[in-house]
Amino acid sequence: MRVALFLTCVNDTLYPDTGRAVVKLLTRLGVEVDFPAAQTCCGQAHYNTGYRHQAEPLARHFSDVFGTDAYDAIVTPSGSCGAMVRELYPRMGERARAEGRGDGLARRLAPVVAKTYELTEFLVDVLGVTDVGAYYPHKVTYHPTCHGLRSLGLGERPLRLLRAVKGLELVSLPGAEECCGFGGTFAVKNSDVSAAMGADKVRHAESTGADVLCAADNSCLMHIGGTMTRLRTAVRPVHLAEILASTEEEPLS
Amino acid sequence: MSSRDLILGRVRRALADVPDAAEGPAGDGSAYEAAVDRGYAREHGGRTPEETVDLLAENLADYRAIVHHCAAEELPELLARLLAARGARTVLAPPGLPPHWLQAVDATRVRDRAASTPHELDRVDSVVTGCAVAVAETGTLVLDGSADQGRRRITLVPDHHVCVVRVPDQVVSSVPLALGRLDPTRPLTWISGPSATSDIELDRVEGVHGPRTLEVVLMSGE
Amino acid sequence: MSGGAFVGMPAFPPFPRAAHEAVRNTTLRANLRHATHTIRDKRARAVAELDDWAELREAGKRIKDETLRHLDRYLEQLEESVVRAGGTVHWAADAAEANRIVTELVRATGETEVVKVKSMATQEIGLNEALEAEGIHAYETDLAELIVQLGKDRPSHILVPAIHRNRGEIRDIFREEMGAWGRPAPDGLTDTPAELADAARLHLREKFLRAKVGVSGANFMVAETGTLVVVESEGNGRMCLTLPETLISVVGIEKVVPTWRDLEVFLQTLPRSSTAERMNPYTSMWTGTSDAQTADGPRAFHLVLLDNGRTDTLADEVGRQALRCIRCSACLNVCPVYERAGGHAYGSVYPGPIGAILSPQLRGTGSEIDASLPYASSLCGACYEVCPVAIDIPEVLVHLRERVVQGGEVTRRGVKVTLKPARGHAAERAAMRAAGFVFARPGALRLGQRLASRTRRFHPRTLPGPGRAWSAARDLPKVPAEPFRDWWERTRGGAAQGSGRQEVSGK
Repeated sequence: MRVALFLTCVNDTLYPDTGRAVVKLLTRLGVEVDFPAAQTCCGQAHYNTGYRHQAEPLARHFSDVFGTDAYDAIVTPSGSCGAMVRELYPRMGERARAEGRGDGLARRLAPVVAKTYELTEFLVDVLGVTDVGAYYPHKVTYHPTCHGLRSLGLGERPLRLLRAVKGLELVSLPGAEECCGFGGTFAVKNSDVSAAMGADKVRHAESTGADVLCAADNSCLMHIGGTMTRLRTAVRPVHLAEILASTEEEPLS
Repeated sequence: MSSRDLILGRVRRALADVPDAAEGPAGDGSAYEAAVDRGYAREHGGRTPEETVDLLAENLADYRAIVHHCAAEELPELLARLLAARGARTVLAPPGLPPHWLQAVDATRVRDRAASTPHELDRVDSVVTGCAVAVAETGTLVLDGSADQGRRRITLVPDHHVCVVRVPDQVVSSVPLALGRLDPTRPLTWISGPSATSDIELDRVEGVHGPRTLEVVLMSGE
Repeated sequence: MSGGAFVGMPAFPPFPRAAHEAVRNTTLRANLRHATHTIRDKRARAVAELDDWAELREAGKRIKDETLRHLDRYLEQLEESVVRAGGTVHWAADAAEANRIVTELVRATGETEVVKVKSMATQEIGLNEALEAEGIHAYETDLAELIVQLGKDRPSHILVPAIHRNRGEIRDIFREEMGAWGRPAPDGLTDTPAELADAARLHLREKFLRAKVGVSGANFMVAETGTLVVVESEGNGRMCLTLPETLISVVGIEKVVPTWRDLEVFLQTLPRSSTAERMNPYTSMWTGTSDAQTADGPRAFHLVLLDNGRTDTLADEVGRQALRCIRCSACLNVCPVYERAGGHAYGSVYPGPIGAILSPQLRGTGSEIDASLPYASSLCGACYEVCPVAIDIPEVLVHLRERVVQGGEVTRRGVKVTLKPARGHAAERAAMRAAGFVFARPGALRLGQRLASRTRRFHPRTLPGPGRAWSAARDLPKVPAEPFRDWWERTRGGAAQGSGRQEVSGK
C-alpha cells in the first residue's frame, strides 16, 4: 500500500516531529509513505474566514498534487484539515455549481475527497489495526478535537488506539468534547473568549493528574500548549501520532 | 400594494432558485408526505395495554403529579377522600361530568357558567374533570373541552386539579398516536404535571401560575 | 440595520468588545456555566430516551424545508383556515407595521394594558416599547421575562431570558421592583426558587384575572387547520390565551407547518431539546375563536403574520436553513462561546449560535455588531449536533463571513442589492491574498519556512501589535530547526533504509 502524507502546512512548518512520527509509524506497519513535495495548504483558514474564492486555487493545487493514481490513500495527522478536504471540498464544488460555474471544480476535487483519511481512520478502518505496537509509559488524557469529533466522526478510534499502547495509562478528560477555543482565526478575532476556553481546557487537563494531553491535531495543541506554558501547567501537549510512533526500542522522550 | 401581496411576492421571488417551487404540493398532500419521509417510530417499544398504563403512571409521577389507581365503583369514594384531604370547601365540576363521580363529596359544588368571571374561578378550591386522551411516553393528559372537561380556564385558575383517566381505553403510548385521536378544531390543552418553571438557573421547580397540585386518577373497569 | 427593523434598539458594540467585558465578569460566568451545564446533561438524557431521534430530526428538517419551498402556498392556506375558524389575519412587512397593527387593535378594545406570553417575535419588533409610547402597558408574564422587565434589563437567552441572573439577584430585583408594578414581593422573600416562583404567582395573578387583551407569539401554526400552538411551562401562557376577550398573536411567517400530523415530530423534539423534558407542562392549541355558547377563550382572535427580514433570509440559498429554527435554544446551551460571552454580547434578542446566523440575515450585515456576529464562533459544531432541525450553523456562519469580507448579492427588504466588502477587513484580505500567493508556490513556502527556522533563536514568545491578540494569553510555538520538508528531502523520509530512528526520537 502506498500513501501520500498530507502533512498540513502547520505541521510542516512548526511540528515536523509529528510528520516524522507518522512516517515512522506507517513504515513500521508496512505502508509505503511518500511526501509529495509540492504540497502546501488545503485552504482551510481561507475558507473558514470567508475567503472561499481564495481557497479554491489552493484546493485545485491540492488536488493536482494528491489526486494521482500513484497513491492508494492520502493520510493526514489533522482532523480539521482532513475535514476540510472531505467535508468542505465537496461543498466548495456545490457552491461553484450553484454560482453557475458548472461542476468543473467538484469533478476536479472528487478524487482527493474519496481517498483522504485522518490518521486514526486510516489505521483503524483501512489497515484494521488498533494495537500498533506502541510503548509510552505515561499518564495521558485525550482531547477529541472538534472537527475530528463532529465533522469526521472519529468516535472511539483514537481511544482504541491509545488503550492498546503498552505502558500508557489513559485517564478521561472532564468536558472532553468541549472546544479548546482555537478555531483558526477565531483565536485572534475573539481572543478573549478563545483564551477563556483554552484556560478551562487546560484546567480540566490539569485536574486529571495526567503528564500528557494528547490530541490528533496540532493546531489545537498549539493553542492549548501555548496556554499551558503561559499558565505554567505541568501537563504537556503531545500529538497522538508521536505516542503511537513511540516504541520500547525507540521511545519518545 | 397590500402588505399581504408584498410579502407573498417577496416569498415567490426568494424561491426563484428552487426548481419546483411554482408547482406546489399536490392537492391531496401525497407529494408532501413523500418528501417528508416519516421514518420515525409511531411509538417507542412494544407494550401491553397494562404496561402502557404503568408507564403513564410512572411518567406522571416523575413530573410530580400525584397518581391514584381505582376501579370504577371506587371512584366516588376516592374523589371524596382526595377533596377532603385537601380541605376543599368548593369543587368545580364541568357540566358533563358523570354526576355519580361526586356523589360522596362533601364540598360545595360550583357550576361553571359562560358568565363566570376569572375572579369567581379563583375562589374555587378544586376542580375535577375527565380527559380526552393520555400519553404514556410523556406522562401527558390532553383535555379537549368536552362536556366532562369543561372550559380551559376551569383547569387553570383553581390551585388543585383532579383528572380522571379511564384506563386503558383513554391511554395511548405516544404523541403521534395521541394526535391521531384528537380533533384539531377543539381547544386543546396538553398537561404534563403541575405548572413548573426552569427560569431560575435552568433548574425545574414546580408550581407557578397553573394548578400547583395535579392529582390523576387512573380508573379501570368502567 | 434595515429601516424599521428592531426599532428602539441602541447601537451595540461589536461582539469581541462586548465579550471582552463579559469574560471578566465572574458572576456572569458562574451563572451561565451553572445553568448551561445543568441543562446540557439533562438534554442529552432526554434525547437518548428516543431511539429514533435521528429520524425525528431528519423529518423535522424536511417538514421545515418543504414548508419553506412552498411558503407562499402554505401561508395562503393558513390564512384561509384561520379566517374560516373566525380569526382575522394581518400581514406585517416589517417591525414598524406589526407594531402599528397591534397598537391599533389594542386601542380598538379601549384597553390600556395587555398581558403577554413570552414571544421572540414581539421582542424582535420591540412591541412593548412601541405600545408604551402609545400609552399602553404591556406586562410580561413569563417568569424570566418578568425578571428582565422588572430589572430594566435585556434578555440574554431565548428560552430563559434571565439566565444571566442567579437566584440571589432575582430575589433582589423582586424585592426592589415588584411594588412599583403591582403587588409587592412578600416580606422576608428568600432566594429559594420555589419562593421566587410563588412571588411571581402572587404578583401576576391580579393582572391575569383582570386582563382583557392578551398578546402572544406561537411555536407552530398549522396551515390545513388554522390551529396555533403555544408550548410553555408555567401556565402564564394558558392565562393569556384563555382569559382575555381579545387575543393578538404575532408570529413569524416561517412558523407555519403544513399538516396537523407534523406536530407529532415537533412535540417530541422541542421539549426535549429545550427544557430537557419529555413534555413541557402545558401546551395550548386553539383554532380561531370561541363561540358565545361555550365561551371557552377569546371571542376575538387576530393573527399578525410577520416578515421583518424573513423573506430576505429565504432568498439566500445557504442561509435560508436558519428559518427552520424552532427556538428551542439547545444550541445556546451547548455553545462554549455563548457560555463565556453571555447573551448580551450578541446585541440581539436572538443570542448564541442561532442568533449569530439569524440577526445578520434578518437585519443585514451593515452594523458593527451584525458584521461581527458570523465570527463569534470557533466553528466547533456542537450547535449543529444538537439542533433538532439540523441547521448547519457552522456552514451558515462561514457563508456569512464570506458575505462580510467579499460582499456580493443579497436581498434587503425584498430587493436584490450588491454589497461591497466590509471595511475593516482590508489587512486580513491582504494577508489572505499573500498566503494564497505563497501556498500556490511550494518554493516560496519553503523559503519562508527556512527563513523562520534560521532566525528562530531571535523569535519572541509573545508578539507586539495585532499579534498581541494571540500572545496575550498564549505563548507562541517554537519554530523547529528545520521544516519537515527539508528533513524529508535530506533523508527521504529517513525510512529508506529503515533508519528514521534518531530523527523520530530526537525530540
